Amino acid sequence: MKKILFAVLPLSVFVTLIVLLYVNMGTHSERLPSPLVGKAVPNFKLNTLYSNKTLTPKDFEGEVWLMNVFGSWCPSCRVEHPVVTQLAESGVVKVIGFNWKDEFVDADRWLKQFGNPYDEILVDLKGDVAIDFGVYGAPENFLIDQAGVIRYKLVGNLTPEIIQNELMPLIEELK
Amino acid sequence: MKLLSLCLGLTLFCGSALAIEVYPFENEAQEALYQDVTKELRCLVCQNQNLADSDAGLATDLKDKVAAFVMEGKSKDEITQYMIDRYGEFVSYEPPLNASTLFLWLSPLVLLLIGGGILVFKIRRTQHD
Repeated sequence: MKKILFAVLPLSVFVTLIVLLYVNMGTHSERLPSPLVGKAVPNFKLNTLYSNKTLTPKDFEGEVWLMNVFGSWCPSCRVEHPVVTQLAESGVVKVIGFNWKDEFVDADRWLKQFGNPYDEILVDLKGDVAIDFGVYGAPENFLIDQAGVIRYKLVGNLTPEIIQNELMPLIEELK
Repeated sequence: MKLLSLCLGLTLFCGSALAIEVYPFENEAQEALYQDVTKELRCLVCQNQNLADSDAGLATDLKDKVAAFVMEGKSKDEITQYMIDRYGEFVSYEPPLNASTLFLWLSPLVLLLIGGGILVFKIRRTQHD
């Protein structure tokens, strides 16, 4: 009896490990929780792409806005862009673009090709401000409330489902 | 001869092209601190690499940032904290001891105790025989 137990033990350890790894395969995510949710938006001073302004967080005080990090070099942003456009056109929230590490000509060409739904576009050519926002991959989305506090962060593409299930309830609550 | 000098020239050129990651550190201590910090910070784009080993665009930006902090005279803890404040504890390869990392830190000890227990048990039994 004891011998059988010792023989089965390594096998059962092996099977358990495989099961654990298999389960983890489905639930594991490379998306990280942001430590910035619940904190004030990092202080920035950025030029805009088209309107020749320099904006700071103060310019957005008093309204709820969504900051959409994008770049013309980012393939996923193309996939996400129609969804962002639809959200911006619905008018439920002010959508601000955050053009990350992009040359003007490239960004301009991209926006002319796919459309420009943004209320304003902040330009972060060197990527300094993106680091302050904890950005590590485009697209990323930040929902910022009237007091300038980050309420929600999404790494990866906005989808109609995410907007309906996660973003809209938050926007309703803030308004 | 012409071919030889061409090869030599190309080799020299490649050598200089590879050495892109040079920061004007004031002394060796700063250089060492930079190496130390970038080895312990995770590249967030390719998550199983550290910053030092990664050539991803963001990793380059973060390395520039680390180098700038080092040259400003910031300490290792200050630089690491700056990154953790923005990217979370995941960015550090040296996770702090807290409730969610308790298992991570204690599991080697638990394994050691189990292994040691089995060993003691086995040795005692052979001594009895």
